[in-house]
Amino acid sequence: MPELHSVVCVKVVPKSEEIRVDPKRMVLVREDVRSEINPPDMNALEIALRLKDRFGGAVSILSMGPTSFVPFLKVGAAMGADHIYLLSDRDFAGADTLATTYTLALGIRKLGKVNLVFCGEESADGATGQVPAGLAEWLDIGQLSMLTEIDIDTVNSSARGRREIGGGYEILEVGMPCVVSVQTACNEPRFMDYDRKSWAFDDSRVTLWNAEDLDAAPELIGIHGSPTIVSGLAEAAVRERRREFIEGTSEEIAKQVSEILRQNLT
Amino acid sequence: MVSSIYDAASASDTIWVYLEHESGEFEGVSLQLLSKGRQLADQLGWKLAGILMGRQPDALAKQAIAFGVDEVWMGVHQLLESFTIEAYTKVFYEAVLEGKPSVLLLGATPNGRDLAGRLAVRLRTGLNADCTGLEIESESGVLISQVSGFGGGILALIEMGLHRPQMATVRSGVFDAPDANNTRSGVVIEIPISLKEDELNTKVLEKVTGGGVDLSQAQVILAGGRGVEGDFEMLAELADLLPRAEVGATRPPVDEGFIERERQIGQTGVVCSPRVAVCCGISGAFHFIVGVEKADVVIAINSDPKAEIFQHADYCIVGDVNEILPKITACLRTSLEVADA
Repeated sequence: MPELHSVVCVKVVPKSEEIRVDPKRMVLVREDVRSEINPPDMNALEIALRLKDRFGGAVSILSMGPTSFVPFLKVGAAMGADHIYLLSDRDFAGADTLATTYTLALGIRKLGKVNLVFCGEESADGATGQVPAGLAEWLDIGQLSMLTEIDIDTVNSSARGRREIGGGYEILEVGMPCVVSVQTACNEPRFMDYDRKSWAFDDSRVTLWNAEDLDAAPELIGIHGSPTIVSGLAEAAVRERRREFIEGTSEEIAKQVSEILRQNLT
Repeated sequence: MVSSIYDAASASDTIWVYLEHESGEFEGVSLQLLSKGRQLADQLGWKLAGILMGRQPDALAKQAIAFGVDEVWMGVHQLLESFTIEAYTKVFYEAVLEGKPSVLLLGATPNGRDLAGRLAVRLRTGLNADCTGLEIESESGVLISQVSGFGGGILALIEMGLHRPQMATVRSGVFDAPDANNTRSGVVIEIPISLKEDELNTKVLEKVTGGGVDLSQAQVILAGGRGVEGDFEMLAELADLLPRAEVGATRPPVDEGFIERERQIGQTGVVCSPRVAVCCGISGAFHFIVGVEKADVVIAINSDPKAEIFQHADYCIVGDVNEILPKITACLRTSLEVADA
């Protein structure tokens, strides 16, 4: 098999612990919130880099968003990726899953020979987890979802992986090229390689592609390519609870709690 | 604007539910969707249909009718014995083009998500993932999906205009399971299938199932967060004393590998509706609270008196869970022994 080429789809998201809600305006306050590579995507990048360590080849990072994402994506290059492709165009904005997967699929097609497309299990901000399947569909290739481990067979050009399913696991094999989504936290992403840093942070590591470069159909990108709309926002109704504090020594507390448990079960 | 393969004008007045099954039994979430689907269909005067695929799913088709569907669209083929994304998507897609449902609901299980993601692209339609509520406007037939937003506390209402089917996935436990009624009647529609082995790119080499838990059915939930420091054995000891009690967790211990993913509670896990939920060492982030919102009684133990969890608990205990919980277990064990004797 010729050189292995993996693409890792990466999203840059605001750090979840820093997001606040403005209760009056009913909006998420994103000002002063720092960004990072979506943590589940870091697990996907790590799995791709481990394959590169074993089999050689190249790892490309693919993302969609504004050019302000570039510094965050360069962290991935410093970890070991070879190049960054950022799909950036005002017309890509407002994309839901359908438009996002279409646009990413165009980027992957433009990359030419790709064996494996890795994605995180879901994004920390949207958490829909629907991108990997949609991407595989646009590309008309197989997929392995929520893997914790992967191995590839370079002779038969297939990928094999293990995933957890309700109370057990399964081992699946699929022909390459294929899309692979990686279970969150299944590995420990490596740190930046500081020897690589000045190389990785050089702007020549980054290629920007806009809608014209991708020859994207205008009706399939951004808002126009997105069937879903947010029609309203509402405050989540939170159930009123008694909020009664039980005090005393831990023995007294234990007695009361075990009594509450018993009362509620009979 | 992108158009779906069929639109609102040509869609039928039906709601479809994907009937996922394993070892001859329906997934809990599929049944829960049938009860919600039935309620919405009755409100609108629409039909409720289930789509069922497998090698020999006939017995399940009968059950589906008892659980409330008017129609079962059944795909029977030996290549449908194990779930493969290629075969299931193909049969599902062809059935949808035939039946043209207005609404299509799937459980947000690993396979349900994959199917939904593929189908939505193939049908060029919208997909609302992990919905916490579903409503349909009677006049327009527009599905309004409620999704809890990032950061919590805010619900986004999502809809699509003319795209059909209106697709949504839902986590287990969001809706209640229906009761079976064997006197109900319904029709089985067999889906014509042309599948060949070489169309399947996926091979299932090994599969181990069983021992799975469905937290949405538990009567008592003992949930642990960061504060239990990975000691879920401590929670299991108390669970062993209580009928239909299960151990659950917030996301961090799951991500850190202390406990299985199927025991994760909350917006991206399971929504539970037990009589009692005991929250141990849990801070009370909104996406977790969603998962115990339906508990009759919530007991919280946390060492931080200002922890958010206490805003959402009936009984609040400030203290070290690692000290208090074993004492509760011991106390309960003694009182149960006394009651037995």
